[in-house]
Amino acid sequence: MMDVFNLISRAQGSYVRSIDDGPIEDWAEHFTDDAFYKVTTADNHRRGLPAGVIWANNKAMLKDRVSALKEANIYEPHSYRHLLGQPAILEESDGGATSETSFLVIRVTGNGPTDVFASGRYLDEYVVEDGQALIKKRIVVCDSSRIDTLLVLPL
Amino acid sequence: MSEYNPVVTAISPDTVSERRWPKSLTEVPYWVFQDEDVYKAEQERIFHGPMWNYLCLEAELAAPGDFCATFIGEQPVLVTRDHDGQIYAFENRCAHRGSLIAMENYGHAKDFTCVYHAWTYNLQGDLTGVAFEDGINGKGGMSPDFCKAAHSPRRLRLANVHGLIFGSLNNDVPEIEEYLGQEILDRIERVLGGRKPVVLGRFTQNLPNNWKLYMENVKDSYHASILHLFFTTFGLNKLNQKGGIIVSENGGHHVSWSAINREAEAKAAGHYKDQKIRSESDYQLEDPSLVDSFSEVGDDITLQILSVSPGFVLQQIQNSIAVRQVLPTGVESTNLNWTYLGFEDDTEEQQLVRMKQSNLVGPAGYVSMEDGAIGGFVQRGIAGASGEFATVQMGGDQAVSSESRVTEASIRGFWKVYREAMGFDIEESK
Repeated sequence: MMDVFNLISRAQGSYVRSIDDGPIEDWAEHFTDDAFYKVTTADNHRRGLPAGVIWANNKAMLKDRVSALKEANIYEPHSYRHLLGQPAILEESDGGATSETSFLVIRVTGNGPTDVFASGRYLDEYVVEDGQALIKKRIVVCDSSRIDTLLVLPL
Repeated sequence: MSEYNPVVTAISPDTVSERRWPKSLTEVPYWVFQDEDVYKAEQERIFHGPMWNYLCLEAELAAPGDFCATFIGEQPVLVTRDHDGQIYAFENRCAHRGSLIAMENYGHAKDFTCVYHAWTYNLQGDLTGVAFEDGINGKGGMSPDFCKAAHSPRRLRLANVHGLIFGSLNNDVPEIEEYLGQEILDRIERVLGGRKPVVLGRFTQNLPNNWKLYMENVKDSYHASILHLFFTTFGLNKLNQKGGIIVSENGGHHVSWSAINREAEAKAAGHYKDQKIRSESDYQLEDPSLVDSFSEVGDDITLQILSVSPGFVLQQIQNSIAVRQVLPTGVESTNLNWTYLGFEDDTEEQQLVRMKQSNLVGPAGYVSMEDGAIGGFVQRGIAGASGEFATVQMGGDQAVSSESRVTEASIRGFWKVYREAMGFDIEESK
């Protein structure tokens, strides 16, 4: 059985692949049914402000994000490339671990240039089920308070 | 004496005033979104002009010493609460050499010291200290007739409208009650009157377009059901909606609202059930609790978008309450500052509803994300068309209130106030 560092690394590799290369439907499958997911800023996080630009307290809401971006929302086609740091394992138990991972997201819109879109860190709680690490809680803390144009693909 | 005459490169107000604007409110020339000299003149005539600009919430300055560093147009402004309990605002620029006095957006201070040469200001913006004012050992220092009181940053006029702090850099601005008019005041009171707002989060969206394209979008009730397909796609459209558009008397401010008819809706739901039709949509939300809402202030109004010229929006979309501050940062770039609100007496359940519904708005909002991109599509679309005009004829050619939201009346109102403030030459005929 792999140790938790490897399980998390494996899950995160698969997570970013689902967003960057698809299929995007796989993204929600990296979470537990009762997962919490929020995208916020370092400033809001430091001040303890609870709202997110994306806020979900179950996997169904994450699936709704995906169907909305596929079926309802209108935006210029674009793609991300996530670059993740190594996960720092902060706490480890039999059933899971908490970890922090830095990320950088590059965005290419239409036939435009390669732009840095977001940097920040994932504050995570993972549970290990059937030899697989699933996200029970992910707070995406963006370093900047600014989001360019719009955020439709998740981070 | 030299014959040298410096070339005046600064904008001459006349070149802007001589620009001709169509008489009819249904035509908007595209150069107004493109030209650097117009942008510079706006800073002077709109943002430094006789207008009220939203600065921050009173709730963000709860305790003496709390401050907020914000902007009016490009002009940095500092808003504070002093120990006398009063709110003050002054230009965030040191009287000495022009450096920012405060850099943090929101913070708490006893006083402000400019980092450059340690000139010090109190919370009311008075210059109270000049480092080495008397020099050292009787040498150097400021001249004895230097008067600190004459070197304080310029103070703003302030108005507090149900906890919204507005400021003006112009002494000729009318009283805020007169500026807004009773209908707009009433609609602000409807959402904020007697309530204590709590900030739930702040986000800035960078828009790749001129600030006025965003204000047009806010005032455009015609686009809402066409561009924003989230509610229709998931079959969440409310039936039997009543609503309307309020355009303030001067044209500059507006309210777009809609309400549900709870009785008719219950009946219609039964009817749909009888017919075994769920909705016209193939798609459903897996978690429809996203749109479970409570009556925000005890009435049936589920949507109220309110704008105040030049750049303020107060929004109620179901139970998502937010203020938006529109700040130009260049001819083709704008900062849209979102502040999401709850209220002190919200129950836990109500706060949960607000959290879920925060997904509807902001840079990632199901019903607002498109607005972040559409201005850029226009900005790119009109490149090369500075001699052409947008046409805003929906619902006639006036800037008046209407029961129908299929109208561009409040866009026409925005331009009415804008073209007057800018002093453009109005074309008599085409």
